[in-house]
Amino acid sequence: MAMKDVPDNVFMTSLDAAASWARANSLWPMPFATACCGIELMATASSRFDLARFGAEVMRFSPRQCDLMIVAGRVAMKMLPVLQRIWLQMPEPKWCISMGACACTGGVFDTYAVVQGVDRFIPVDLYVPGCPPRPEQLMAGIIALQDKIKHGGTLNGTEFGKRTQPTGPAPYDLDELIRIREANEKLVALN
Amino acid sequence: MSTEEALKSQFPQAGLVFSQFRDNHRIGVPAAQLMDILTFLKNVHHFDMLAELTAVDYLEYEGSKDRFGVVYVLVNTQSGERLVLKTHVNDPDPVLPSVYPLWKAADWLEREVFDMFGISFSGHPDLRRILSPDEFTAFPLRKDYPLKGRGERHNFPVLTRSDG
Amino acid sequence: MPFEVSELAEMDAPDKEYLWTLNFGPQHPATHTTLRLILTLDGETVVNAVPHIGYLHSGFEKLGEHLDFNQYVTIVDRMNYISPLHNEISWHHAVEKLLGIELTPRCKYLRTILAELMRIQDHLLNTGTCALDLGGFTAFLYFFQQRELIYDIVETASGQRFHTSYTRVGGVAFDVNNAWVDKVRSFVKGFGPVHAEVHRLLTRNRIFIERVKGIGYLSAEDCINMGVTGPLARASGVLRDLRKDEPYLAYADLDFKVIAAKDGDCYARYLVRMQEMLESIKIIEQCIENIPAGPVNVDAGTKAVIPAKPSVYRSIEGLIQHFEVMMPNRGFPTPKEEIYAATESPNGELGYYIVGDGSPRAYRARTRPPSYIHFAVFPQIIKNHQLSDVVAVLGSLNIIAAELDR
Repeated sequence: MAMKDVPDNVFMTSLDAAASWARANSLWPMPFATACCGIELMATASSRFDLARFGAEVMRFSPRQCDLMIVAGRVAMKMLPVLQRIWLQMPEPKWCISMGACACTGGVFDTYAVVQGVDRFIPVDLYVPGCPPRPEQLMAGIIALQDKIKHGGTLNGTEFGKRTQPTGPAPYDLDELIRIREANEKLVALN
Repeated sequence: MSTEEALKSQFPQAGLVFSQFRDNHRIGVPAAQLMDILTFLKNVHHFDMLAELTAVDYLEYEGSKDRFGVVYVLVNTQSGERLVLKTHVNDPDPVLPSVYPLWKAADWLEREVFDMFGISFSGHPDLRRILSPDEFTAFPLRKDYPLKGRGERHNFPVLTRSDG
Repeated sequence: MPFEVSELAEMDAPDKEYLWTLNFGPQHPATHTTLRLILTLDGETVVNAVPHIGYLHSGFEKLGEHLDFNQYVTIVDRMNYISPLHNEISWHHAVEKLLGIELTPRCKYLRTILAELMRIQDHLLNTGTCALDLGGFTAFLYFFQQRELIYDIVETASGQRFHTSYTRVGGVAFDVNNAWVDKVRSFVKGFGPVHAEVHRLLTRNRIFIERVKGIGYLSAEDCINMGVTGPLARASGVLRDLRKDEPYLAYADLDFKVIAAKDGDCYARYLVRMQEMLESIKIIEQCIENIPAGPVNVDAGTKAVIPAKPSVYRSIEGLIQHFEVMMPNRGFPTPKEEIYAATESPNGELGYYIVGDGSPRAYRARTRPPSYIHFAVFPQIIKNHQLSDVVAVLGSLNIIAAELDR
């Protein structure tokens, strides 16, 4: 078909790019809000900051309807299996934002009960720092994620299946192993 | 008659230790007498609210003779009077009578003390772990448990992008 | 209310096979954060509810034993995160009682204003989300706008809009300026009309009333026996308010009423919270016009406060004291004593039991969390209600998961 036959209101694009464009601009977040960051997430969605301007205001609490998980707040060891289960329940293609210092690294809660960063156990696409991040910062994060989605996505999401290696730090990194060994030695010495 | 005088005349042999710090009126109570004294305070002196029940592990505390202290804060809602009672229990089998029959508020508070310190309360209707996972074995607020744990926090499978 | 074994056996009986079990949470919009309930249902009627908590247990109290009295303020902030500053005020109230520090009049007034702003902030979110869960989105948006104004006020004072870490032992991090006073004044002026508007939206709204009136009844005797305090107890007719009963900060000088109701249901709790916001506005109005002049921190001679910057730069004593307070291995001495001190937080009695061992860290920093005590009441008051009432009752109890689990 020659170019001159195409009317002005028809665009030529690849299907992959069109799908990525549509996905990026209608993200449906699943707010996995556990703590303080959840309140800032609420603030982001409500009147002053109005997340609707970026096409991501349709908060759905059912993981089956969502394509963006926002982990807002610290994840305790009792909660992590729940987080993993919800992540597995979300349909592909899906993305994950780790919002706030606690979700990214454990933050100030370097204690026995808090997972030191959710990226050790689930894949994370984007980190939003802050304790808690301001709504502006979360929105900047969502815009950055939209850019990321627009580049390199495929129609049927085959690129995700190829990523079989975990991207985060190892759950038991060297520091943690040393700490556990010291704790166990102390325990043996006490008994 | 003040509560202190009443307690002294009612329980002359109990060995109660009265003290005051700032506005806290404190009574040290032997564990054997605890239930009698609490029942007396509730039924006769109208200490009808249990505001707080907690424990302290005195393992590393300078000059302490006992391992655990258990603290009860009682309030008389009519006069606004507060009392802080403290009793001690020791290893290897720290047990206290449950005050659940007197104040229902003790239900979860005692479960928390059990979960965090391993002090059990005899007569409690449902003494299970409350904050930690069921399979947790340590008692985190004991002083011999390290702040960063013994590796329990990272004992989970890792998911990659290709899973699910 | 524990789950009685005899009841359990009864439910497993063959003629009770029609009962079914519903898992509610830990990830559910109406829980706001992380709670889990196992509900046993007869059709739509809740026969039994067993709460499972601890999904946000993060070891606050253990951390309190490893951080000094000023550092731990950053952690208590994150406990009741819808009124963060009130936690700080409560924590330092307890610490100052342990150390025997009497605040300056200016600091007392300043903290009173902030505490009342936090009370408004808490009630705004609680009432707003309660309405949101019951289908009224508008009230939530109106109230969230007011919350943003309070965020602005605390940001002007402290530099952070959410977790301020503003108070210090013996005072606050830095004094407020005139711009802050103007912001508080304009907030106080603008709050009334918005409050009245939400009042018109909800208080006589047929749909809202049908969902909350007569739901979740709690008697005054049960409140006292189960340790319930704050707006929940006052909605059941328990006239207890630590601001009046054991006055702290500047409350003894101020003229305000204790709001109470008799009904003890969700609607009464809603009304008490709505009215308390107006009382808080009244308190702020009185305080903001009467803030005493003078220093905001106590005299540097008490050895526990960070000295003013000019004295750090210009005198050797000031410099030494600054280092003593700031260095992690130094700090100020504390008495080898134990104390329980409580304040009236927006949610109820927020108490701290601190054991001092002479070092600058607490040997034990126990929090008496009102949410924890209030959630224990839930199984009792939800019995024989409909499934949809679970949301209304959870909303009116105002359970904050981080405070619940710590």
